Amino acid sequence: MSIIEINGLHKVYDGKSLPVYAVNGIDLKIEEGEFTAVVGPSGSGKTTLLNIVGGLDEPTKGDVIIDGVKITELSGRQKTDFRMKNIGFVFQAYNLIPVFTAKENVEFILHLQGKSKEDREKRTTELLNAVGLGDRMDSRPNKLSGGQQQRVAVARALASKPKFILADEPTANLDSKSTENLLEIMERLNREENITFLFSTHDQRVVSKARRVITIQDGVVVSDIKTS
Amino acid sequence: MAFMNGMVNDRIQSIISMEMSHIQIHQPGFMDNDQFTLSIANSDSLVEVVRGIPNVSAACKRIVINSMVASAETGTGVKITGIDPEDEKKVTGLHSKILEGKYLDDIGKNSIVIGEALAKKLKVKLKNKVILTVQDVNNNITGGAFRIVGIYKTDNLMFDEANVYVRNSDISRLTGLNETEAHEIAILLNNNNDTESALKAISACFPELEAKGWMQISPEAGYLVSAMNQYMYIFIVVILLALCFGIINTMLMVIMERVRELGMLMAIGMNKVKVFMMIMLETVFLSLTGGVLGIIIGYFVIRYFGHQGIDLFFWKDAFSSMGYSSFVYPVIDSGTMIIVTIMVIITGIFSSLYPAYKALKLNPSEAIRS
Repeated sequence: MSIIEINGLHKVYDGKSLPVYAVNGIDLKIEEGEFTAVVGPSGSGKTTLLNIVGGLDEPTKGDVIIDGVKITELSGRQKTDFRMKNIGFVFQAYNLIPVFTAKENVEFILHLQGKSKEDREKRTTELLNAVGLGDRMDSRPNKLSGGQQQRVAVARALASKPKFILADEPTANLDSKSTENLLEIMERLNREENITFLFSTHDQRVVSKARRVITIQDGVVVSDIKTS
Repeated sequence: MAFMNGMVNDRIQSIISMEMSHIQIHQPGFMDNDQFTLSIANSDSLVEVVRGIPNVSAACKRIVINSMVASAETGTGVKITGIDPEDEKKVTGLHSKILEGKYLDDIGKNSIVIGEALAKKLKVKLKNKVILTVQDVNNNITGGAFRIVGIYKTDNLMFDEANVYVRNSDISRLTGLNETEAHEIAILLNNNNDTESALKAISACFPELEAKGWMQISPEAGYLVSAMNQYMYIFIVVILLALCFGIINTMLMVIMERVRELGMLMAIGMNKVKVFMMIMLETVFLSLTGGVLGIIIGYFVIRYFGHQGIDLFFWKDAFSSMGYSSFVYPVIDSGTMIIVTIMVIITGIFSSLYPAYKALKLNPSEAIRS
């Protein structure tokens, strides 16, 4: 069974004069353990697709089924709960809480899940070590570089042991060294822990690392290539 | 609030200590038209009885005549109060307000103490003579020359201009009243809060006489207290409204600045109830921090100025013409402070509702990209 199944997905935004067809009939299946990049020019519908898959936005038509659950039919509260337990998010602008340390940022989602202090400590330490930030646990985001902040965001996304990670242009704000570093970590997690990654990107360096590249244009899939 | 409280307290204190005392006893009807013949015959024994009533600190008798005083230059209507200087000292603070000359004790016959404002009006100085024109017991007009031995000055310009003090013995002799007769028994209590109970006890002792508290004698003073309480409530409402708008404004700014963070929190699984509670708690903590800090600072400021006083000397004349001292000693009771603290917390909770509602209305997918 596919971990993500997208059937006949449409999303139309009501523009002031004309409707905007952001997603215009997409059917996709993502299997467990995939390392998939969604590419396409600006305005092609990448972010809208990821938002709907992540339960952050409602489709106009079509279904998204995650691990057997049709999330497009869930209520707002159920969807929030589903996101917390099943989906990890990595954002372009990192979106860390500025007053929290790296450790607290990662721990926060476990706190929301009601995990015990010991469990939180153990998992946070494990994840920050995995992303190579074991020595920066007590640093606040403003003391970390962009690459380090994004690695904290990856650790946060992994904290709740989600079924997959959605990353919307995770390397857009990073320099090449940080991009390489982040990709290496994401690849390793994918390879060693079988974590499914679905990310949108413009970055050719990211595309070259992906094992499946889905190209979207004007809201439709124009190519779907598995590289390995 | 403390400032206004201080002003009112000072005015009331001045009314009690200089003008009214806590309770006065008269013949029924005397207060209506100050009729000279409505005197209390056995005033000395009555004063003795009153002094024995619980909560009474001091009592004295007075002869009260509304009449005329004239100098070589001009004349005016005044209230002449005949007093026993030593007894009066225990009831009112006239002796402490002497600006020039002396109080009425140990000075020869027909001495008079007048206010500074009246002295200016009559164009007289210390040791000058003024003529008091009064009606005697036989309804004949009579008069006497009185030498000014003291000039007093209170915080109330109008009072100073309208009140003169002479010895009971001098005014009795002039009017033909018996020395034991008086128009008024002024009573000072240990505590203002005892006025009602003391009034009941006195009325029970002397049912044939009329005993009134300072609020009844001077309804404008009672009105001042109730009006000030109302102003206080209006003042609190205005301050709380300003606080409410201030908090809403601050918290809306906070939310605007943190749209992306809130979007992220919603995206990673923070449900709406938790987001709502988070904003509410932040608002309440903001109000509590500001409120508690403000109250602590306010307490020490009030405490300091409550001892030192605030001298509004540049408005001295204006204050004096309204009967207020230009020295204000701010005061606030703990009950008011507790009520204000509770109201600040309630306002904080109430004010947090709108910003929290606005936060809930954020769309996480849009908020993340903002």
